[in-house]
Amino acid sequence: MDTVKLTIKNQPDLYLEADTICPDTFAGKKAEEIAGLHVYIGREQHRLGDFFEVSGNAGATPEETKIVVNGDLSRVKYIGMKMTGGEVVVNGNADMYVGAWMQGGKITVNGNVDAFAGTGMKGGEIVINGNAGNYLGAAYRGDWRGMQGGKITVTGNAGSDIGTFMNGGEIVIGGDVDVHVATHAEGGKIIIKGNAKSRLGGQMVEGEIYVLGDIDVMMPGFAYREDVDVDMDGIKGRFALYEGDLGERHRKRKGQTIYAKLYQRIEA
Amino acid sequence: MTKTVTDVICPFCGTLCDDLEVVVSDDGKELHEVYNACAIGAEKFLHSQAKDRITRPRMRQEDGSWKEISYDEAIEYTARMLTEAKKPLMYGWSSTNCEAQAVGSEIGEAVGAVMDNTATVCHGTSLIAVQDIGIPSCTLGEVKNRADRILFWGCNPAHAHPRHMSRYSIFPRGFFTGKGHTGRKVIVVDPRPTDTASVADVHLQIEQGRDYELLNALRVAFKGEQLPDVVAGIPKEKIYEVAETLKSGRFAIIFFGMGVTQSLGKNHNIDEAIAVTRDLNEYTKAAIMPMRGHYNVTGSGQVWGWLFGFPYAVDLSRGFARYNPGETTSNDLLRRDEVDAVFVLGSDPGAHFPFSSVKKIYDRPSVAIDPHETPTTEVCKVHVPVAFVGVEIGGCAYRMDNVPIETRKVVEPPEGMMTDEEFLKRVLARVKEIQGV
Amino acid sequence: MAEYLIKNGFVFDPVLGIKGDKADVAIKDGKIVETTAVKSPQVIDASGKTVMAGGVDIHAHVAGPKVNVGRNFRPEDKLFGYKPKNGIERMQGGFSVPTTIRTGYNYARMGYTTVMEAAMPPLYARHTHEEMRDTPILDQGAYPVFGNNWFVLEYLKNHEIENTAAYIAWLLRATKGYAVKVVNPGGTEAWAWGLNCENVHDPVPYFDITPAQIIKGLIEANEYLGLPHSMHMHANNLGNPGNYTTTLDSFKLSEGIKPNSKFGRDQVMHHTHVQFHSYGGDSWANVESKAKEIMDYVNSHDNITIDMGQVTLDETTTMTADGPFEHHLTELNHLKWANADVELETGSGVVPYVYSPSIKVCAIQWCIGLELALLAKDPMRIFITTDHPNAGPFIRYPRVMKWLMSTEAREQQFDAFKHKDKVIEATNLAGLDRELDLYEIAQMTRAGPAKSLGLAHMYGGLAPGLEADVAVYDFNPNEPYAPDDIEKAFLNAEHLFKTGVQVIRDHNIASNGNKRTLWVNAKVNENPQVMRDVKEKFLRYYTVTLNNYEVTGHYLPNPYVIEVDATE
Repeated sequence: MDTVKLTIKNQPDLYLEADTICPDTFAGKKAEEIAGLHVYIGREQHRLGDFFEVSGNAGATPEETKIVVNGDLSRVKYIGMKMTGGEVVVNGNADMYVGAWMQGGKITVNGNVDAFAGTGMKGGEIVINGNAGNYLGAAYRGDWRGMQGGKITVTGNAGSDIGTFMNGGEIVIGGDVDVHVATHAEGGKIIIKGNAKSRLGGQMVEGEIYVLGDIDVMMPGFAYREDVDVDMDGIKGRFALYEGDLGERHRKRKGQTIYAKLYQRIEA
Repeated sequence: MTKTVTDVICPFCGTLCDDLEVVVSDDGKELHEVYNACAIGAEKFLHSQAKDRITRPRMRQEDGSWKEISYDEAIEYTARMLTEAKKPLMYGWSSTNCEAQAVGSEIGEAVGAVMDNTATVCHGTSLIAVQDIGIPSCTLGEVKNRADRILFWGCNPAHAHPRHMSRYSIFPRGFFTGKGHTGRKVIVVDPRPTDTASVADVHLQIEQGRDYELLNALRVAFKGEQLPDVVAGIPKEKIYEVAETLKSGRFAIIFFGMGVTQSLGKNHNIDEAIAVTRDLNEYTKAAIMPMRGHYNVTGSGQVWGWLFGFPYAVDLSRGFARYNPGETTSNDLLRRDEVDAVFVLGSDPGAHFPFSSVKKIYDRPSVAIDPHETPTTEVCKVHVPVAFVGVEIGGCAYRMDNVPIETRKVVEPPEGMMTDEEFLKRVLARVKEIQGV
Repeated sequence: MAEYLIKNGFVFDPVLGIKGDKADVAIKDGKIVETTAVKSPQVIDASGKTVMAGGVDIHAHVAGPKVNVGRNFRPEDKLFGYKPKNGIERMQGGFSVPTTIRTGYNYARMGYTTVMEAAMPPLYARHTHEEMRDTPILDQGAYPVFGNNWFVLEYLKNHEIENTAAYIAWLLRATKGYAVKVVNPGGTEAWAWGLNCENVHDPVPYFDITPAQIIKGLIEANEYLGLPHSMHMHANNLGNPGNYTTTLDSFKLSEGIKPNSKFGRDQVMHHTHVQFHSYGGDSWANVESKAKEIMDYVNSHDNITIDMGQVTLDETTTMTADGPFEHHLTELNHLKWANADVELETGSGVVPYVYSPSIKVCAIQWCIGLELALLAKDPMRIFITTDHPNAGPFIRYPRVMKWLMSTEAREQQFDAFKHKDKVIEATNLAGLDRELDLYEIAQMTRAGPAKSLGLAHMYGGLAPGLEADVAVYDFNPNEPYAPDDIEKAFLNAEHLFKTGVQVIRDHNIASNGNKRTLWVNAKVNENPQVMRDVKEKFLRYYTVTLNNYEVTGHYLPNPYVIEVDATE
């Protein structure tokens, strides 16, 4: 695997749209070619090299390419968008759309990310060693096909609207989350190790939510069923199982109605 | 002598009443009386006659005072500002006609602007919900002719849309609703005891910010599933009862306003309210409609819909259109310093946006096109007064149910004043000149 | 205006009866002229290329309220597919529901110059016209819907043809409409109560009339007026297994009625998107093709024309004034559902739909559409459509042509079906080896629809005197080609002239054209009763005043009025 190192040297006056920072775009290119890739501020087109020191050549394929981005990237959008393989490491905060529509490979952000990280994600892995903004692993506006696969791990807190229209994959939040979790979801798994506020599983058809901490307000459409023991991926304990959203449509399998499941830990 | 213009359309709110009568002087230069309008609508017409009205563009001076400038100078400033910016915001578009909106869209396309309208602080969340779940709706005449269950959720038409209840929703007698209001059951959901609630058969005085939960509870009740004892401050017995009232109607309509679109949950509240409407269609006929505010905010969403495919928050900066509220919405753009110039037409963000956003407008090159002096004109560098659409110039406007109606010109604007459309056409021509296309 | 001479192309023109022979086409003052009539023309070398008249689409949903609902409620339909502005070309977005700008450009790129909007709710006529105004290049007209209109229901309950005709004439003028459209007659009114009319004898709630009475009455009223186009029909029971009997019942209502039109059409009913109306079986498990039964009828009754409504196996957006059908669809696929009932007039619904080659029913639908065209005896009476965007987006027309012209292309598609054997069993297509030629394609996309619309005096051919709408495709029919070459060439016209203006040059948009809006102004005897009824209904039931209803001139900046005199 070959590594390309980007270090931000000039901050954009507005925001930099840099979906070119992606192993798929870099693959097969030398440092100077990479520096010549296009980025945008509003309607202006610039070179990646106008904002970043670029060193190292990319591998022949995305899978053989690793990108390390250093510095304050809180005004840089679209890092790792649509990537299918390889690796991106961001040492600093990043702006919106990190790993949006990602299909494979791995992104690690050592810092915080703003909204829409992992939008419409299909595969691969995103690790945020920090906090995530709103709409983490959510669907793009209007799309009923949200996160399909892959895994997102956030060590800190996440904002609202995580996992909207989620159909598969997994989201793990180390800290707390804001309102509206897994709205309209039809699959997938969300684990919240901290506390949740309200509107968990609203309009949820299928899928699983685990909450290890408190929930401020439970949805009226989630009904308590029973206490169960859970021992899964290092999460262990006695959980109260709720099923819902009772107001929503649900499939039947072998005569049984399939509900979404919400597990809340009652003892570790 | 005077003459009376009939079938006049009121350019105030989304109710878009079209039965006004306006008395004007024979030469069509003075407007004397307005009949059939509500107090707010009448005031809109009469305001055009203010003697102290500003009739020429003005530019802010270093010392904060205004200096009168010519329309040519205002056009030059606007065209320069828009062509020099990397990403200008062109906001407003809700109190003007579709013809002006179309020209504005072409300017936005030419300069790579972000186009946003007042839905961004109003019913934009409803539009997001519609994108997620759709919307079973109808025209207001369907309500008048058929509806026997009327639900107002988080809106207060008695004050915000004063003639709505008499023209369309509660009181009118229609083809299948010959008994008028006595044949209808009216339900109001509002944390406050409003004047609309006072005419309702049922007022659910909901706990503030728990609309999503109460709507969800209605859906659970439709299906006959168990509810917690109290949801959103409402006892479950009451929820089952309201659910039954809605199901037992022949035609139910839900009207909703900013009490649900801008409180906790925003688009999700509307999403769930639409789900309630979908559910009701399993049992009877039901529709739902946003109580749109500005008289032609709906129209700007339509114009951008057919030109760009998105109803608001349309980012054209890269030469193609993108849309994602939370990113491309005005307050997010201002808050995050994503735009470097601000153009406002047909709205008053100075009054409606958070102070932090207004400050950002003040800090940037900015133009406000508005017949009135407003809080917005006070923070902009240039103010361009224009003729009142629907009073001094006609043009197309879309009612809250998307019905397009052509507004009428009833009186001449003051000598030498431009209309929105004329001003924008000149700006567009100048932009093309500057860009050399 | 510039003169042009398109030289040495292989010309396919049903009007002149030219079947691929080399010929020249001359253009002057917006019309086709004799080649001797041009003096110093710009010469277009079309040698080795195919030349046809501009395409004519008789049925597509391209402008108006429900189309815009489809755009605005599907941001995901535009994601990553946007085309940036480029010179005189404005930005263009949307796949299944393109923006008006893209609609104009993409039709032009296919060599189409005339496109009819298939369903205009009268109360929303202004909106429809605003969108058509902002659709570049194309000549357009829109069909107001009549089949659930209260005036029509009340007049036809008593078979009052003259009153119905007077009302039609009034509404065409008020809305600047082109033809009489009928969608799920009675069923959409029933849908205002959550109900439907499932066959032609299913009574309309409260109105004491059946769909059969509405259909027959509107055909008669249409012929009373002698409108350019016939009544344009979308029958009851669309999209349901076993519905072909309802379709045949609807066809039969036209029997014995003769066309009365000076505009050269032979039919009294055009039935649209017949694919959706040709299903046998009694459930989705045993649905099968009844295209043969349908085409047996059509082939033996020359007072009917039809269009295909071909399924293209794409993700698309369905939209129709058939409100109950869209509700039925959202119940099936659980995707977002918009509905808009329109006071006294009509309704509509919009639902996204994914026609997947892995789903048996979708594959059967694909077969049925193609069967209709391949079983047709007279290609002048069946037209290529996808009921855009219902069965697929219009940009797939060249792909439909490919399927119709090549058994190889059809076999490739069969092989891509997950349930190939079951699909073959439920349909007739695998047994059909007919391959249409370009002359037949020109009949089905040019001359045929132009004639059915009553516009053969303007469009559909290359005879001198017709509008100079001419397409040149980079396709040599006399050289060997792969099926995909057909699609590629017809998706990307090399040159296109629209009313004499070159709008595409060397595959690029060269002009935003001189778009016109067609509408029909039918004069009838004064009818005080109808005018009294109109006044009363506006006073009592509409929410706009009568004086604010009529679409005025500036919505049609470049109108083309077709005058009809039905006074006695």
